[in-house]
Order: sequence, then structure tokens, then C-alpha cells
Amino acid sequence: MPRLLRTSVFRIAAIYLALFGGSSIALLAFVFWSVTEYVKTQTESTISIEITGLAEHYRQNGLVGLRDVLAERSRNQRQSLYLLTDSSFRPIIGNLDQWPLPVEQTSGWFDFDFDRPGSPAGVHHARARHLQLAGGFQLLVGRDVQERTELLVGLRDSLSWAGLLVVVLAVAGGLAMGRNTLRRVDAIARTSQDIIAGDWSRRMPLTGSNDEFDRLAQSLNAMLDQIERLVGGLQSVSDNIAHDLRTPLTRLRTRLEATLMAPSVAPESRHALEQSIADADRLLAMFTALLDIARAESGVLRREMGPVDLAAVCRDVADLYAPTAEERSTPIRSTLPQPLIVHGHRALLAQALANLLDNAIKFSPKGGTITLTLERAGEEASVMVADRGPGIAAGDRDRAVERFTRLEESRGTPGAGLGLSLAKAVADLHRGRLILADNSPGLRAILRIPVGPSVSL
Amino acid sequence: MRILLVEDDRETAAYASRALRESGHTVDSANDGDQGFLMAQTGFYDVLVVDRMLPKQDGLTLVRRLRAEQVQTPVLFLSALGDVDERVKGLRAGGDDYLAKPFSFSELLARVEALGRRAAKPMTNGILKVGDLELNLLARSASRNGTAIDLLPREFALLEYLMRHAGQVVTRTMMLEAVWDYRFDPQTNVIDVHMSRLRAKIDKGFATPLLHTVRGAGYCLRA
Repeated sequence: MPRLLRTSVFRIAAIYLALFGGSSIALLAFVFWSVTEYVKTQTESTISIEITGLAEHYRQNGLVGLRDVLAERSRNQRQSLYLLTDSSFRPIIGNLDQWPLPVEQTSGWFDFDFDRPGSPAGVHHARARHLQLAGGFQLLVGRDVQERTELLVGLRDSLSWAGLLVVVLAVAGGLAMGRNTLRRVDAIARTSQDIIAGDWSRRMPLTGSNDEFDRLAQSLNAMLDQIERLVGGLQSVSDNIAHDLRTPLTRLRTRLEATLMAPSVAPESRHALEQSIADADRLLAMFTALLDIARAESGVLRREMGPVDLAAVCRDVADLYAPTAEERSTPIRSTLPQPLIVHGHRALLAQALANLLDNAIKFSPKGGTITLTLERAGEEASVMVADRGPGIAAGDRDRAVERFTRLEESRGTPGAGLGLSLAKAVADLHRGRLILADNSPGLRAILRIPVGPSVSL
Repeated sequence: MRILLVEDDRETAAYASRALRESGHTVDSANDGDQGFLMAQTGFYDVLVVDRMLPKQDGLTLVRRLRAEQVQTPVLFLSALGDVDERVKGLRAGGDDYLAKPFSFSELLARVEALGRRAAKPMTNGILKVGDLELNLLARSASRNGTAIDLLPREFALLEYLMRHAGQVVTRTMMLEAVWDYRFDPQTNVIDVHMSRLRAKIDKGFATPLLHTVRGAGYCLRA
């Protein structure tokens, strides 16, 4: 919901609501006000015409004439109110029993309430005008406006409900519009995240409505196709470079191999040939490792991922390295749980773990036990390889995972400085992490892999 | 063995056929998929070495068509694409093994020979025999010259693989694949350590060693 409130579509909807809702309410208020005014003016002009007529009648026909007219009208008119009094406001004739208000409040136009027997409302509103006639007689002409007041109250209520409905519809419309747009935008954002993480097979979803989002998605997809072609081209170029370098090296190795097989080779040459083959193997292994890292980093291998039992991988690799570790008096102690399934690349996970164990064995002092622990930590599987070697200083840990980094402490040991780089690339491929920490003394290398299909966003 | 090499890259073809000829095999070459298919169809060869990418007809299609025509000659795919799924695709199309380029002389030779010679089958009682070394697959036990040898499960699996390919060179990567089902280069010579342990168990105290190291290539178990 808070995310919905931050969408630009929702902001547009809110502005729309303010403008549309505001003007609707102003319009409704104006309608109400003009109806009220019209009714009031209508009432007052009726009263004015009547009172002027009655005053004229009095001037021409005297009190008796006026009284007859009033008596006549009081009988027939339900809405009109009449009262004629003497100079001390004692009633003479009319359909009101008494002067409704204290005299000082009744000069010109005024409003008052009066009892109308037999009416459900009981007390009714009235609008009236007071006119002093020659001879001190007081004339009051008014109209019962109760029905009109009730009509106006009804109108006011209806208009208020209409106003509320406008606001509710505008808010609901804004939310619906926002949510729909948000869903479309989210789909695009999620796909982008997957692609950023290296899953180049993903494309923006299309709804088939050919609206602006579909057109945007189509453009993005066309752009992605283009990028994929370019990256693919680049990939094959770099693969070709590695391949091109590996090919002559392999031939070199083969030639050395073939030479070594000949029976005529002198023992001293034999040693040199064997050393050269070993060197060629190291170079080939480096090219292979570089290609592996590049592949893991590109994310294309995500296609090959599936459910992998990390416990089984740990057991396999520990088992593969166990004799080597024992030979160097650095036994591996494994603590592995029952199967722990992750969504991963089995071969690469094994290779990453092999690299970590390889390092641990290389740097452990004689008798220093290596521990391999697999456990579930929340939503992650955590594989830890801890040794009792020199460890890596806190300041060097970031650098240690870079390609070809060989820290001072490791100068005396064989290796190309690619092992941790590959482990890091494998962790990234799985949207996990490689953490290097202190084992005081020694190094803890922790590979954390999300359990289950990893979710972006 | 008679080997057909279907490879369009001249250099690789020349290199591979030289390697195979020097080891005493007869090698014929085809430059494209169509020609390769026609030659392989004859069923004249013991092993086919087929490149994944070929002009006219790619390697996968070629092998699929051969299998459809009941030509069961073992196939080793060659490819610059070393990805696991490429390997799986190759095997699914009817290939028997897969080798990423560039490959070493010894790796190619070892794999071709492993394909060409049928793996040794155990006798009806489930026993594999090399010289006086016996491996009972049913009882999961090993003995040499009547003396029981105590093997760990992985050592048993290693020895079984070696005995099934007795007399052939088996490379380290072949063993890693067969016994651990992984295909990567361990940085350290971990396989060698496994082999020296196995050797200590089966050869120590016997006059004739059975497990031989083949320099620059791998290992060979032979009587």
C-alpha cells in the first residue's frame, strides 16, 4: 500500500481527485446556494406583492374592507399567514393567534417559528414582513416555508451524498488505476532484475492489449535482443581468445608429451620435459579457470541450474579431498545435515567448495583441523570452510576475491589467485554471498546460497 | 581400431588423426556432416569422433540420424562448448562421451579407446578379475591372491572403474567423472592421492604391480 501511494499514477489520480472532486463539490454547493436563494427571493416577492396589495386595499376600502379580505384569505390559504392588529398589537383578524415575536424584532423582514396544529412537524418556519398602516394598525403577511426548508434540507443531503460518492469513486479509481499500472511496471522491473542478474532468456511480458506498456515492453525486448546479440558476439570473441590461446598451448603440451614417449630421451631431458608439461598444465588450468569465472559471472549458466542437495555436494567434495588433507595432517571434520536442497548449479557449487577446501589445505599448518559445516541460516544455506592457517587480514579480504590476487602470506604456496574469484562468481550466480571472516586464528570462508528459487525485488 | 573423425577444422582434424594414428589406429576423416553421415552409415567403424558444429549437418543431427538408422557405433563428441548442458545435449542425442576443445592427446586417446573397447563385464557370479585381483560386485568385497582387501566405498568404485577398463589408460578427469560425477579440474592432484592409497592396498606386498602410472596421461590397471 505505501508503495502504491508513491506511484506517479497515484499522484496523478490524487491531483485528478483534488481538481475533479473540488470542482464537483463547488458546483454542487453553487446549485444548493442558488436554489436556496431562488426559493427565498420567490417567497419574499410573493409576500411583497401581497402586502403592497393589502395596503392599497386598506387605503381604498378602509379597515372593514381589509378585514373582509383577510378573513377570506385566511380561510382559503394554507401557506400564507396573515395577522392584523391594533396599535398595541392586539389581534383583530388573521390566521395567527398572536403577534409572533417581540415588536422590536419585527421591523421589515423577519423569520419566526409558530405552532401549526395537526402538522407532523408541529412547529413550522415562516418568513414574514411587517407593515404599519395608517391609523396605527399593524399588518403581518408571511409564508409558511416549512416544506421548502425540508425540501432544501433534502436537497442538501442528496448533494452531500453525491459529493461523497464523487470522492469515493475518485479514490477507488485512483487506487485501481495505480495498482494496475504498478503491476505492469513491477513485471517490467522484475524482469529487468532477472536480466541484470544474468538471466538473458527473460523478456518483458506482453498483455496483447497493444497499449503504451505493451509498446514499451516491445521496445525493451527489441533492445534486449540487440544487446544479447552484441554480448553474444563479445562472449564468443572472448571465448575465442581463450580458445585460441588454449589451442596452441595444448599442441605444445602434446608435442612435449609425444617427445617424452620416445625411448631415446636422455634422463636429464626427461625431467625438463616433465616440468614443461606441468607448467603447460598450470597455464591451461588458469585459462580454464578464467573461462569458468567469466561464464559464472555472465549468468548464462543459470539455465543449467536445478535442485541440488548441498549436503551431498559437501560430502562428495570432502570425500574427494579427504586423502589429500590427511596426507598433509590437516584432517577435514565435516558437520553435514540431512539433505539441504538449494536451487543451484551442482558442478559449479562443487568447484567453488573444492577451491575453498583447496585453499584451507594449502594454508593450514600441520595438525590444524579443517572444519566443513553446512547449515541452514534462515532463508540461506551456509557452507563454511574454516582453517587454522594465517587467515586474511580484514583490510585484504575484499582484494582477496579479485582475480590474480595473491596476498603476501600466500607467496610461498602454489596457485594462480583464481580460486576465491571463482567461489565469489559462483556465489553471485546463485544470488548468494561469499563471506571471508576471522577464525582466530585462521580463515572462515562462508558460502551463502539462498534456499529455494531465488526471488528478485 | 577403425576410427572415423568428422571435423571441419583442418588443424584439429590433422592433430587428432595424427594422435590416433601414432597410437596404432586406422583413421578416416570427413569434413562435413553429410559426408560424415554417409561414411558412418556403413557401420565400418569402431568409434566415431564427431565435432558438434559442422557444415551442412551439425553433429547432433548426424548422430540422431545414425541412431534412428540403428547404427550403434560409439560416438565421442568434440566441442568448443564445454558447458554442462552442451554435454547433456550431446549425450541425449545418442553420443557416448563428450570432450571439450582443446583436448590433450592423451585425453582423446584414452576416451576413444575406452569407447572402442567394450567395458569388461563381470562374470555371471558378479566378479571382475584382473590377474589375481578379484572384485565381487555383489558382496562388495575385494581380494588379491585370496587375501581380502579392505576398501572404502569410493576406493571400491575407483577400482571397479579401473577393472572394467583394464588394460586401458584412464585419465584423472575420466575417474573424477565416473566415480564422483563431477567434471572440473581440481587445482591439486587430489586424484593422485586417491590412486596412491588404492595402490598401497592392492599392490603393496605383491611382486607384480597391477596399477601403473602412465606419465602425462593417467593410470592403467593391467596384469
